[in-house]
Amino acid sequence: MTTVKEKNTRLDNGLFSNEYMLDINQLTKIYPTPKGDYVVLDDLDLKVKHEEFISIIGHSGCGKSTLLTMIAGLNEISRGTIVADNKTVKGPGPDRGVIFQSPSLLPWMTAYDNVMLGVKQVFAHGTKKDRDDIVKYYLAKVGLEDSMYKRAKDLSQGMQQRVGIARAFALKPKVLLLDEPFGMLDSLTRGELQDVLVEVWNQEKITAIMITHDVDESILLADRVIMMTSGPRAKVGDILEIDFERPRNRAELIEHPDYYKYREHLINFLEH
Amino acid sequence: MKDKSINILKFIGLSFFEPAVRLAAGEDVKKNLTELIKKVVFPIVSILLFILLWHVGANKLYNIERDYKIETARKSGGETAIATELKRIESGESTINSLPSPVSVVTAFKNLIADHKIISAKKSAFLERVAKTNEKRKAQGLKAITYTGRPSFVDQIITSLKTVFAGFFLALFLAVPIGMVLGLSETLRSSVNWLIQIFKPVSPVVWFLLVYMIVKSLTLTYDGDVSFIISFIAVGLCAMWATLVNTTLGVSSVDNDFINVAKVLNLSVGQKVFKIVLPSAFPLIFTGLRITVSVAWMVLIAIELLSQSPGLGTFVWEEFQNGANDSNAKIIAAMFVIGGIGFLLDRMMFSVQKLMTFTEA
Repeated sequence: MTTVKEKNTRLDNGLFSNEYMLDINQLTKIYPTPKGDYVVLDDLDLKVKHEEFISIIGHSGCGKSTLLTMIAGLNEISRGTIVADNKTVKGPGPDRGVIFQSPSLLPWMTAYDNVMLGVKQVFAHGTKKDRDDIVKYYLAKVGLEDSMYKRAKDLSQGMQQRVGIARAFALKPKVLLLDEPFGMLDSLTRGELQDVLVEVWNQEKITAIMITHDVDESILLADRVIMMTSGPRAKVGDILEIDFERPRNRAELIEHPDYYKYREHLINFLEH
Repeated sequence: MKDKSINILKFIGLSFFEPAVRLAAGEDVKKNLTELIKKVVFPIVSILLFILLWHVGANKLYNIERDYKIETARKSGGETAIATELKRIESGESTINSLPSPVSVVTAFKNLIADHKIISAKKSAFLERVAKTNEKRKAQGLKAITYTGRPSFVDQIITSLKTVFAGFFLALFLAVPIGMVLGLSETLRSSVNWLIQIFKPVSPVVWFLLVYMIVKSLTLTYDGDVSFIISFIAVGLCAMWATLVNTTLGVSSVDNDFINVAKVLNLSVGQKVFKIVLPSAFPLIFTGLRITVSVAWMVLIAIELLSQSPGLGTFVWEEFQNGANDSNAKIIAAMFVIGGIGFLLDRMMFSVQKLMTFTEA
């Protein structure tokens, strides 16, 4: 961490920032409607430290996805700023990897080619061998060494999302954005993929923000859980620090006495 | 072996033979037998019924014409005139051009094939005879002597196929790139939409005349086969609209998830078009191309007929003008050949479509 702290650059918005990977300031999103403006997010502030895993929970329609797509640069910012790795977000880019809810693989390409498409883009200066190694390494990491050359349309939903995870990590983004990545999967596959994600993340330690509906998932994965108030004019309602040691293990976590305290806290927030 | 043959059948679009293959392999006899009856026997029964209906109808129409002739003869000359008229009908001197019966169509078809054999024999004999002369002429820099006799029915089919393929490729190379550009740019799309809407429903005959007007002026000094050029361009222009509209739609309606992937990866415009937009539009483009082939074949006959370019259309028209005893039978034989080839072309496109696209068509 020390190397990061020594860096002290002036940002293009005039502020100094060094300890946060992601700095969201007074972020507002307004959708104009015929009946007047609809304010989804209102002056939202959020700071995310380097190598921190944040999960965001909240009711449907509270603007969680809007927030994430704005960080990704896929959604216009109405007011406020988002600074990722000392650069103000102006549009999408591979420094902010996204794992979408639907795997969003190109169905006519193989798993390998899907990952390679991005790797080629990011590691354009590396050798062909390097790129090949990266793609194979991450596909093996998510447990797909045997299905690398299968076309995406021939893979199951769970396997497709594994490719999605491999693709996101292979690009070595500064920030990883996960938009309910396991929302479309059955609970068994979801558990498997959470374990895959925990494992890969433990090695890569990429600053991550994950949207989820699943209270257990957020406790298992996150260092901090951000609870958003219901929209319109959604804000950060409450923040819960999850103090479990890493690397975490699902079975041990459930045994832990604090687990149910965290769980109760989150459920209480969601129910009131 | 069994699975392999089923896959091949499915690929070429003849999956209705699947139960027969399964039955031959002794698999689930009862289920496959009912499937076989449903998919193979019933269609055959319907074909037989069709032929029967045709036969009865043709007889009826023939009799109406015959009775009318006899009635006219009776009015003009009484019983003796009837007798001579009957003789004339018998000998074929007085022709009755009604709907031909299935049997006469089969005979006409056989005659056409026999005729083709005679003509091709003549043609090869001719080429053999002039081979030496042609070599000399070539050495002297003169044009070779070519066979200028009457084309056979098979020659006409081949010419028609050439025209339709030339027209199809013209449509392909015009409609797909234009459709892609229109699909990518909404401004362009809305500014030329009027053109598409107006030209799409124009009849093949008018297309032919339009192409004729333009090509005629451009080829005044050209002594090649102008009628072929006119007909293939007209066919292409007539048939390209389905592909144009489908390509535009396919390119403009790419799944938003794919577009987001392209954005997150910062793909260049070229990569975006060729790696993402085009492949995801393939299913629609190929559906368009399939329609284009069918339309091309359908309008070809009408356009050939007008352009006097040799081919099946000209064949049909000449037979109609000819009005011989078996002309109508030849026309119907040609109709079945045209329909059959159209069906084969569609199957061919279907197979190509399956090979090239990622979704099940």
